[in-house]
Amino acid sequence: MNYTFQFGDVFAAWPLLLRGTWNTIELSLLAMLLGLAVAIVCAWGKTAGPKPLRFVINAYIELIRNTPFLVQLFFFFFALPALGLRWSAYTAALTALVINLGAYATEIIRAGIESIPKGQIEAGLALNLKRHEIFRFVILKPALKAIYPALTSQFILLMLSSAVVSAISADDLTSVAANLQSQTFRSFEIYIVVAGIYLLLALSFSALFRLIYKASLNYPDRR
Amino acid sequence: MRTFGLPEFLFILEAAKWTVALSLIAFIGGAIGGLLVALGRTSENRLAQFLSSGFIQIFQGTPLLLQLFLVFFGAPVLGFDINPWIAAGVALILNSSAFLGEIWRGCIQAIPAGQVEAAHALSLSYFSRMRFVILPQAFKIALAPTVGYLVQIIKGTSLAAIIGFTEITRAGQIINNATFQPLIVFSVVAAIYFALCWPLSLMASRMERRQAAALAR
Repeated sequence: MNYTFQFGDVFAAWPLLLRGTWNTIELSLLAMLLGLAVAIVCAWGKTAGPKPLRFVINAYIELIRNTPFLVQLFFFFFALPALGLRWSAYTAALTALVINLGAYATEIIRAGIESIPKGQIEAGLALNLKRHEIFRFVILKPALKAIYPALTSQFILLMLSSAVVSAISADDLTSVAANLQSQTFRSFEIYIVVAGIYLLLALSFSALFRLIYKASLNYPDRR
Repeated sequence: MRTFGLPEFLFILEAAKWTVALSLIAFIGGAIGGLLVALGRTSENRLAQFLSSGFIQIFQGTPLLLQLFLVFFGAPVLGFDINPWIAAGVALILNSSAFLGEIWRGCIQAIPAGQVEAAHALSLSYFSRMRFVILPQAFKIALAPTVGYLVQIIKGTSLAAIIGFTEITRAGQIINNATFQPLIVFSVVAAIYFALCWPLSLMASRMERRQAAALAR
C-alpha cells in the first residue's frame, strides 16, 4: 500500500463539518418528535379506532416497512412535486423520515399499550384515581418503560438512516462530505472522519437516552 | 421523450434479479460473519469478546451508506481494483454480519444455563457443546428474527444504487430520467420491493406467533 493519508484538507473544513453535524442532529431530533407524534396517533387509531381506520393504518405500516427508505425518499422528492406539490429537499427529507419512523414506532407503542394488564387499570379505578392519573401513572409510565429500549434504538437507527437524505442533496452531514469530496478528492479520509462523527453521534444519543431513563423511568418493576 | 410502457416496466423488473442476487450474497456472507460474531460475543475469551463487540459497535453505529462509501472509495486506496458489485457485496456482508451477530447472540444466550452446565458435566468440548447442544436449540429461536432481518437486507441493497450498482432503485432512476414520470416509476419500484419483502414479513410474524404460542403452552 503506497497511499499517504492526508487529513489536512478534511480537518481544515471543520466549520462545514460542524454545520453538517448540527444539521443532522436537528433533522433527526425534529423527525423523532414529529414521528413520535404520528406514531402515538396511529397507535391510538390501531388499538381503539374504528375498523376502516385500522385498515388504513395497517396498510400504511406494511407499505412503509416493506419498502426501502431511499425509495420512499425518491417518492416524496420526485413524485409528489409531479402532482403539483412544490417543496425543498429538506422538507421532503424531513417528511420521509417522519413517515418512516411513524410506521416503525406505531408498532412499538402499540405493543407497549397492549402490555398493560386490564387489572392494573381496574385497580387504579378501585383506588379512586382520576382518569388522567390512571393514564399518567398506570398506563403511560409502565408502557413507556416497557418500550423504551426498542423506541430509543429505533431513534438511533433513524439518525443513521438520515444519511440517505444526502441522495437528494438535503443539507446534512453526508452531503457536506459529498461536497467536500468533490472539492478535495480525499474521499477515503473524508468518509472515515464522517463515519467517526456518526459513531460519536450514535454513542452520544444512546448515552443521552440512558440518562433520561435513569432520571425518569428507573423505578422498580411491579413484578 | 419516452413514456412509461411495458419495456420500461420490464427493465425495472429485470433489475430485481440483481437486487435478489445482492441480497443473497449479503445474507450468505452475513450469516457466516454473523455466526462468528455471535460466537465471539458469547465466548469466554476476552479478546474475542472485545473484537466482536467492537465490530458490532462500529457497524451498528455508522450509517450503511457511509460503510458503502468507505468500501467503494477505500478499496482502491488499499490497492484493490473495485467495481460496484464487490463494493456493495462487501459492505452489505459486513453490515449484516454485525446485525445478524447481535440477533444470534441473543438467541444463544436464550438457551437455559442448565443446558450448558449439562454439556460441561458430560465433559463435551467447546465444539461439541456448540454443535450438538447450544446451536441446534438456538437455531429454532433464531429462525423468525432471521427471516425478519432478510427484509432489512433486501431494503438495504437499494443503497447500492447510490454507488452506481444497477438494481431496482437505480433502474427506476434511469427510467425516470428517460420518461420524467416519477409518480408511476417510483410507485412501480416500491411495488416490486413490496412484493419481495411482504411475504417474508408475513412469514416472520407468523413464525413469531407460532413460537410465542409454543412457549405459552
